[in-house]
Order: sequence, then structure tokens, then C-alpha cells
Amino acid sequence: MRWLRRNALLLYAAVAVAYMLVPIFVIALFSFDQTSSNKLDYRWSGFTLDFWKDAFADEAVNEAMITSIQLAALSTIVATVLGTLMALALVRHKFRGRGVSNLLIVLPMATPEIVIGAALLSMFLIYGIGLGFTTLFIAHVMFSISFVVVVVRSRLIGFDRSLEEAAADLGARPLTTFRTITLPLLAPGILAAALLAFALSIDDFVISNINSGTTETFPLYIFGVSLRGIPVQVNVLATMLFLVAVVCIALVLWQQRQAERMAAVRPDPEPATTAPGGLVRAPAATR
Amino acid sequence: MSALRRRLVPYGLLLPGTVWLLLFFAVPMYFMGEMALRSGSLDTGGFTFSWEWGNFDEALSGSEEQLLRSFVYAGLASLFALLIAYPLAYAIALRAGRWKLLLLFAVVAPFFTTYLIRTIAWKTILADASPAVDVLKFLQIVPEDGRVLATGGAVVAGLTYNFLPFMILPIYASLERMDVRLIESAKDLYASSAQAFWRVTLPISAPGIVAGVLLTFIPAVGDYVNALLLGGTGQTMVGNVIQSLYLQQRDYPEAAALSFVMMLAILAVVLVYLRLAGTGAFMGDEEESR
Repeated sequence: MRWLRRNALLLYAAVAVAYMLVPIFVIALFSFDQTSSNKLDYRWSGFTLDFWKDAFADEAVNEAMITSIQLAALSTIVATVLGTLMALALVRHKFRGRGVSNLLIVLPMATPEIVIGAALLSMFLIYGIGLGFTTLFIAHVMFSISFVVVVVRSRLIGFDRSLEEAAADLGARPLTTFRTITLPLLAPGILAAALLAFALSIDDFVISNINSGTTETFPLYIFGVSLRGIPVQVNVLATMLFLVAVVCIALVLWQQRQAERMAAVRPDPEPATTAPGGLVRAPAATR
Repeated sequence: MSALRRRLVPYGLLLPGTVWLLLFFAVPMYFMGEMALRSGSLDTGGFTFSWEWGNFDEALSGSEEQLLRSFVYAGLASLFALLIAYPLAYAIALRAGRWKLLLLFAVVAPFFTTYLIRTIAWKTILADASPAVDVLKFLQIVPEDGRVLATGGAVVAGLTYNFLPFMILPIYASLERMDVRLIESAKDLYASSAQAFWRVTLPISAPGIVAGVLLTFIPAVGDYVNALLLGGTGQTMVGNVIQSLYLQQRDYPEAAALSFVMMLAILAVVLVYLRLAGTGAFMGDEEESR
């Protein structure tokens, strides 16, 4: 009984986390389900590996997935570069117009997706810009930038600048210092931000749905076939995507540990740490 | 580097991102307002600008019910998400020890399976003949002849689930930053655990709660996927109306007008909320003194 009371909170956490993973479990489970129609019916009729063996058998699913990955990769690269530069300016420099910049970064996160999508569509229509991959790319970069700034900025705030100063003292030029010291130390934060941007892009349905024209991303494809029946391969690919994400996150964490080891050249009892999702704990001293 | 060049550096860094956000976020907002005042139809050569304020009347008259429902559902979903998220964030930040990273990963994991597939999975879980519904019936939470799918409850549950990580992460971040010694000193000064929680921990995590509620509530008001997949015809939200105006009826001015009204309504609610939460109305004075 005493044990129960002491661990009640952790037990609760386990239950809550299990609840968060329920749909993922269902999705993975039914990628192994036998079904005569090759469509998901979510009624368990027996175990099979067939759909994993033929994971790429459905051309339409593949095409949508490839479009999604291309879109996510391109928009992630652009959003990560633009967002990182903005974060550097906001944390490292004092200048007029900071307040306005901050507002411009926060507002897109505080606007419902349907409004962002509607606003973009209004502009595209008024200028007669055809909807397709390009408009999707514009939209995805736009909604990713803010999240990149938030993640990179939180990493920058807990940043130990003494290594940079040491490099400068040893005669390194600003760009050299940036390339050899700042960037490697900042890498885990940038990677976490890129991962988040990628996830946001590949996940997006609402904004994409009204700005896509005839281009079909993975979520749009699923929506299109959801009434006629979803091929089992959709669940197989969704599960694969999830597993790839798990591997990527593990890599980011490993990379982060490397960076911390590098920063620990100086005896610093509490280096800043980044958690998955880019949450950052600043060292106690800076609070 | 000359002083002038040094002064220009931050603007150079900001420029590309700012241009992108201005061109594709701020400017489109203006065009949405402009679109809301246009008249005409697609068949008669498109829409022309004509100060057509009637679009707002038209947009509102048919969808007051959905607008109200969106705010009620989003409010309920934020409340439930807060109740689920707070203890979880607390456990991860202060009690989890070496399980911390694993639990945090589990919290963000849903992001990596498509939103739409997740919601379709919930549709299956809550379907009429599913084991989960049988359990709810056995527990008398759902009446014997009742159903879960196509009810308001299912939509609120879907919203709660889908936006839960946005509630957990900011609360976690604020608790993680907290100096645990504050709780210890409260206890040294003879505060009970409950008192220490109400007077120290909760006020410190208040900014996280405020951020979490906003990040859950705002997107939930505009959401239509949950209402579409988990609700029935009686549970449509304002997002459903907007997207149908855009994609089915192709009445762009009315759709833009309704989007605008929703945005303004959200802004009003958020301002009232920030006023209540910000002035320490329920958090006590500690909030102000920090």
C-alpha cells in the first residue's frame, strides 16, 4: 500500500503514456492483419506478413509517399536555414524591431491551420497562382519556420560562449569561429528543429488540403481513399515512418551527447541539455 | 568589421525568414480580408472587390451554432488535456529519473504517425462493435444501447488526444526549469505537501499552463478533422463549414469572411483568458512578484 502511494504518480504516467500510444499500436497491429480485399477493415482475421513483403506494391500509396517525403525534405531544409538565422539574430543581437520580429514568429503558431490555409489560398487565387507542389512548398516552409526558431533559440539561450571567445582570442576570424565552434555545438538543436519541421510537414493535412490543387501528399491520399477503403500498405508505410523517426531521434540524442562531451572540455557541472522535441533545460546559473 | 556592418548583421540574419513570413503569412491575411469583401461567383468570371459586407452576415447567419460548438468543444478539450497533462508532465519532469527521455519520446511519438491515420485509428477503436466500447458499457460510462462514435463526446475525446502533446510539452518545460529546492524549503517552513504544491509548484508552472492551454485551444477551435471523422452530422464545427465553403461550394468570399470572424472570436477569447490568467486571478500574488 505504501509502495502504491509512493509510486502512484509514476503509475499514472505509465497509463497516460500507454493511452498516447494506443493509436500507434492499433496502426502497427493492423499492418499484420489478413484481409481478403487488401483494404483495412480493422477486424482481426489472422496474422500475415504479406503486406510487409509487398509494402511497396500499391503504386498510388508510393507516389503520395514520395511526394510527401520530397516536400518535407525541401521545406525542412529551407525552413531550418531561415529559422536558424532568425534565432541567431534574436538571441545574439540587440536591435530595433525585436518585438515585431517576435510577434511575427509567434503569430503563425497561434493561428488555426484552416485560417493560415484560407489566407494563402486567397492570395494565390487573387494573383492567379496555380495550386500544386510549389504552393505546398511555400506553405510548409511558412508554418515550419516559427517552430524551428523556437527550438534553436532555446538551445542558444543556454549556450556557453567561452569557447567562442577562446577561439577569437587565439586569432580565429568570426566565420572560422562560427564554423568550427558555434555550428558543431548548435548542431543538436538544429537537428531537433529539422526533425520537428519534417514531422510537421509530413503530418500536415488541413493547410495542404486547400492549397494542393491536384498534387497528392500522403495525408491527402489517405483522406481521398478513406471512404472507398484504405490499402493495408498505408499502415505498413505509416509504421515504417514511425520506426525511421525512432532511429532519427536516437541519432539526435547520440549527437547531442557528443556535443556535450565537446563542451565539457571546460569543467562545467551543468551543461544545457536538449530533450526530444527540442525542449531545452538551461543551466541553473542562468535563471 | 566596421561598426555599421556590425549593426547590420542582425538584420541580415533576420531578412530571409522575415520576408518569407511577411509574404506568406502577413500579406495573405490581408488578402483574406480583401477576399471577404468581394462579390460575384466562379461561373460569372470570378470575384471582384466591392466592399461586400453582406458576406459577413451571410457567413454568420448559417453557422452561429457551429461557431459556438467549436468554442465549447475546444474549451472542454483544453480542460481535459490539462487534467491529463499536468500530472504526466509533473511525473516526467520531477519523478521519472532515468525513464525521463523514454517518457518524453513517448509523448512526442504520435507526431510521427500521420494525424489523419491516428484519427482514423481512433474511429476504429470507438466504433460500435469494438472491445473498447464494450468495456465502457460494462463500466456504465456508456449506456447499454448507446454509442460513442458520432457523438460530441467522441469529437472532444479526439481533440483532447490530438492536441495533448502541445499541452504536455510547455508544462513539462516550466516544471523542468523549476528549482526543486524551493519545494524543500517550503516544507522546511512547515508547509504540507499540498500547500507546497498550491503555493510554490503551481504558480511556478503557471506560464507553462497558459502556453499549453493556448497551444491546445486555438488549433482545436479551427479543427475539422475530428468532427469529420469522429462526429456525426450534429457535431460539425466551424472548421467544417469553412472547408466545405472553400472546397465544395467554392464560395471563397463567404469562406474568407467566416475565417475572419472565427479569428476575431478566438482573439477575443484569448485576450480575456490572458487577462484572467495574467493578473494572477487564480494563481495568487506570487506570479506577480517574480
